[in-house]
Formats: sequence, structure tokens, C-alpha cells
Amino acid sequence: MANMAQAIRMALHYAEENLGVMDIFGEDVGPPLGGVFTATQGLKNVWNSPLDERGIIGTAIGLAMAGQRPVAEIQFADYIFNTIDLLKLAGNTCWASNGDWNLPMVVKTPVGSGIRGSLYHSHSFDATATHIPGWKIVIPSNPLDAYGLMISACQELNPVMFLEPKALLRVKGEERIPGEPDDDRQLSKMIDAPLGDRSAWKPQWPTLEAYAVPIGQGKVVREGDQMTVVSYGRTLPLCAKAADTLREEGIRAEVIDLRSLWPYDWELIRRSIEKTGRVLFVNEDTEVTNFGEHLVRRTVEELFYKLLAPPRLLAGKFLPGIGLADTLEMASVPQLPDILQALRALASEQP
Amino acid sequence: MSRPRLLNREDASAPLTLDRELLVRIHDLMVKARVLEERLIQMYKQGHGFFWIGGPGEEAFNVPLGMLIKKGQGPEFDYLHAHYRQSATLLALGEEPIGALRQMKNTATDPYSGGRNFAGHFSKKAWNIAPVSSPIEVQYAIAPGTAMAQKRHGGDGITIVTGGDAGTAEGDFASCLIWSSRPANPLPILIIVTNNHWGISTSSEGQHGETHIADRGRAFNIRSKTINGNDPAESYRELKEAMEYVRKERKPFLLEARVSRLYGHSSASGANFVTNEVDCLKEFEARLEGEGTLTRQQMDALRHGYAEELAAAARLVRDEPLPSVDTLWNHVYAEKK
Repeated sequence: MANMAQAIRMALHYAEENLGVMDIFGEDVGPPLGGVFTATQGLKNVWNSPLDERGIIGTAIGLAMAGQRPVAEIQFADYIFNTIDLLKLAGNTCWASNGDWNLPMVVKTPVGSGIRGSLYHSHSFDATATHIPGWKIVIPSNPLDAYGLMISACQELNPVMFLEPKALLRVKGEERIPGEPDDDRQLSKMIDAPLGDRSAWKPQWPTLEAYAVPIGQGKVVREGDQMTVVSYGRTLPLCAKAADTLREEGIRAEVIDLRSLWPYDWELIRRSIEKTGRVLFVNEDTEVTNFGEHLVRRTVEELFYKLLAPPRLLAGKFLPGIGLADTLEMASVPQLPDILQALRALASEQP
Repeated sequence: MSRPRLLNREDASAPLTLDRELLVRIHDLMVKARVLEERLIQMYKQGHGFFWIGGPGEEAFNVPLGMLIKKGQGPEFDYLHAHYRQSATLLALGEEPIGALRQMKNTATDPYSGGRNFAGHFSKKAWNIAPVSSPIEVQYAIAPGTAMAQKRHGGDGITIVTGGDAGTAEGDFASCLIWSSRPANPLPILIIVTNNHWGISTSSEGQHGETHIADRGRAFNIRSKTINGNDPAESYRELKEAMEYVRKERKPFLLEARVSRLYGHSSASGANFVTNEVDCLKEFEARLEGEGTLTRQQMDALRHGYAEELAAAARLVRDEPLPSVDTLWNHVYAEKK
């Protein structure tokens, strides 16, 4: 199966051919590199921008105003923070113009820990992104959803923030992307640029389909009736693995992959918590004013009388950065043992 | 310290060189724009608006700009990324002044923002007028995008972006210079700085070391010029030339126009008439009268007519309803029709 970087690349190819995407740009997004994670290799409408995040976001806004469908990349989410007012402007343009203007644009940016990125290549952006009204925000945890969410993002009439969990960009999927060839190595030969000089290289794209994951729709990835786990991005596969481990211990955890952070699938979360009575929210952004805190607050307000235990949040520690040493990184953001411990504690919680 | 000598400054006593019909049209629009701004200030002082900001004093530049824009929707027409001092440009494009009064009062009928934004924050997709924002200079970072679409589209549509001199301290101004002049894809964009020498209460003399802001374009090999924006004839000719260059060559042009700020920054600084700056309308009228193009009586009658018209419009607007609370959530997202 394709890995996530390949999935994103294929979705962008589909969008170039079928959805009117004429600009896919950012730092090193065009040839020869095709993106620092190779997610944009071989695409025909890619181009390199100056090293200027504000210019990238500003130009995407202008292109969208002119009826284009730009896909702009901020190379690492850690460097998006000097564009906050432009992101806010993109989010408020339709509202502030009383519906006269809309901005169909996608901003894609790698997020999160897991590549030994140290202070400035490990940051999350979900808490900040969900504080900017007017955007739709998605974050896949697997290649198929990455493909489907990117297709939806490129068809959207509004700005979409596509967060790419960088620790998962090389992880192969478990479900085939429609049109993807059976053999991984064949796919790699078709769409991965060769090492060394690739100036003469041209990709051979599979015949792809309009498989879209609707924005706002979450997914149950593990069934369970004793507790609910809600997560997304890098921590989602860890939660699924934790649920598998606990199942062997007789604890049945339902795992929800949110996939969309805004708008999110509250109905799915609500039904699950009503069934299980216990919930753990997991993500790796810093724990103070974390997006999961919004979910906890809403759970308390709307589902208090259904709860058997206080809703819990497991998130990154509120530190100035994620330290480079493995010991520091592992202790800074949720890992599998942390999730298992939190779930066991939740399962055994008694008033 | 004396102000630097303006490049190519036309001798103030030389005859106006535009034809009479054009001069009369420019004057008409300048008067209308000035009266509109004075009416907006009056509304603020009477409590019929929370905040005023606008462009009185910039009419000599902003009117010719609006007259020269290729108006329409889509990349074959010109895009305007304006800042909040351009009511004169909007009127020159053909907009009705009552819209600005409605925005001032925040009525439901405010055609630019439905009661959501400050005065002077125009927006009109049908004419490619991008929404004006309060964060200054972001328009410089955005403008390369529409220009890029126009470059791809072909034709002679250009992007025009305007902002003040104080804001050129922001990185977005440099972004615009860089993105417009990238050798990989030079862009058809007219980058304008209306230089009034002020950043709210702070004089540019202590903040900007460059002799001419336009000189910064040379670093990027952008054709650049500084003009007297208080002279409507010079403004018209120089804007026309700059636009023709951008339309034909599909490359950027940086135009700095020296202008006056006749009522201060905004209502926050009192919106009182400033007596020690050039009044472009007063100077223009003296020349029109001196050359026999218009009589004082004709010009006074014109101003009086517009003053009456806008006073009536203001009375109408005063009674219009504010947006209903149930419109609060409208347009957070665009929806497919």
C-alpha cells in the first residue's frame, strides 16, 4: 500500500487533473526536491516559492480571490506562526464581506513529533488552528484518509488547513487507495522520483478515483462498549494499538479517529460516550489550552449525567519545546505506554 | 530639514495639460469624494458612527486611479487591493456614496460588510475590489496572488495594490517586491505607496531613512518612480503610463505618490482639519479658475449640490436598521448554491 506522502501526492495529482488545482507551491515544493517529505514529487503544477511564509499564505489568498484553487505548503508548522493574521484574514474574508468573497484554498503543513525534529520541527498546530474561525481543519492518521481528505479539501469552497502528521508520512497504509496498484514496489517505481539526478524523470500515475472523505466526518476504528478514546494524527494508531492490547485483558475500548478537527463529528463522539460512559481524549499538542480541552468541556456540559468517570485528556507536556534527546522527546508527548496507563486508570476508575 | 526635491515635479505654474472634459470630470469626482469624507466625519462627530478613517487630501491621486482602472470581475479585469483611504477611488469607479455612509452607520444595508467592518473598508467582488482590512500592509502580501492568476490568464488585466508609507516598514511590503519580481515569474502588478509622511502620530522623518520609498524597487530591478500625488494632472499621466507599462510588459512597477492627510489619521486623532498641509482640491481649483476652465461660482455650486445630496443620504441612512442578530452566523462558510 502507499505511504501517506505518496497518498497525498496521488490526491494532488488527481486534483491537478480533475479539480482545477493549478498551483501547488511553497519552499522546496517544486523540482528537484518535490517537498522535504517528497509529498509533491512529480506533480505538474508545483513550483518553488521564496523563503517567505507570509508571502506563501498571502499569495494563496490572492490566487483564491482570483478564482484559483491554490494548495500552499508551509514546510513545517513551526514556521506558520508568523502568518497568524493572514490565516485569520483568510478565515474571516467570507464573513467580513457579508458573503461576497470566498477563498477556496488549501494550506498543507507537516505537524507533530516523531522525526527527532527538536524545538522547531516537532510542533503541533491543532490548538492554534482550531482557534481561527472560518477554516476547516483536517488531520489524517493513515494514507487512505490522507488521500480522501485532500480530495475533499481541494473541492472545498472555503480555506482548509491540512495537517500532516510527519511521523506517519512514511508509514504504509492497511487499506488500498482506489486505483492504487497492488504492488508497493511497482507504485514506488511509478511515482517516486529516482535518487540523484531526476531532471529527466516523469511519473506514471495510476488511474485514480474521486474517493473523498467528507470533512466533518469521524470514524470508529475500534469497536468497544466500556470506554471511548478520541484521537487523531500521530496518536491515533497508538490508541488503536492500545485498544488491541487492552482487548486481550478484557477491556473493550472504542477508538474514534476524528479526522476533521473543525467542523468535527460531535454526533459520533456523543453516541460513543453515551454508550461507554468513559472517555479519554488524546493528542500531542501542549496540554494548556489544548483542543482536547474544548472536547472535555463540551463532554462535561452536554453528557455529564451519562458519565461514569471524569473525562480525561492526555496531551503533550506544557514545555517550551520538545527536546532532541530521545529520553526528552519520549517524555514530552504521549507514547503507547502513557496511553495504556491512562486507559487502564480510566477503566478502573470508581467514584 | 527640507523635504527632498520631488523627481520630475511639474512646475506648479505650468498650464494643465489634460483636456478640459477630463479636468472637469476629475474635479467633479474630487469634490464629491471630499464632501463624502466630510460627511462621514460629521456622522462620527454626531454619534452616527463609532469610528472614521478615510482619505481626505488624497483625492488628486485616488480619483485618477479609479478612472484608469479596468473595471469588472475576474482576471481579465484589474484587481484592486486597497487600503482604507480610498473612497475617492471607489467613487471614480462609479460607486454610489451612500454605501460608505451605510458602512459608517453599520446598517444591514452596508454593501461592503453587512454592518461588520469599519468605514472605508470597501469590498466588491463584481469589480475585483478585494476586501480592505484593518491589518495594514497584508494587501501587499496578497496582491501577488491575483497578479499570478492574471499572468496565467493572459490579456491585459493587472493587479493594483495600495498602502501607506508607514506600513512599508512591515515585511509584507518587501514580500510584495520579491514575489512580484521573481525571475521565475514576474508579475503584472502596480505597487503603489501613498506617502503622507505619517504613521498615526509619528512622523516618517524619525522612522524611515530612505530618501524615496520608490528607491527600494531598484533593489529588485522593479521600474520605480516618485510623483507628486497632490497634482491630479501629474497623477493621471503618471498612473496611465505606469499602468500601460504593466499591462504591456506584464512586469511590476513601483509608484510612490506624495500626498496630504488633511484630517489626521482617523477619528481617534480627532478628525480635525489640518491647516499646514497642501490641500490638493484647493490648489486644483485655483488652477482651474486661473485657466478659465471653471468659475468659482460653478465649483461652489457643485460642492453645495453634493453637500445637500449627501446630507439627505445621511438622513436616510440614519433611520435604516442594523443587521438582525439572526444574521450573526451567516457567511462563516461559503456554501454551494
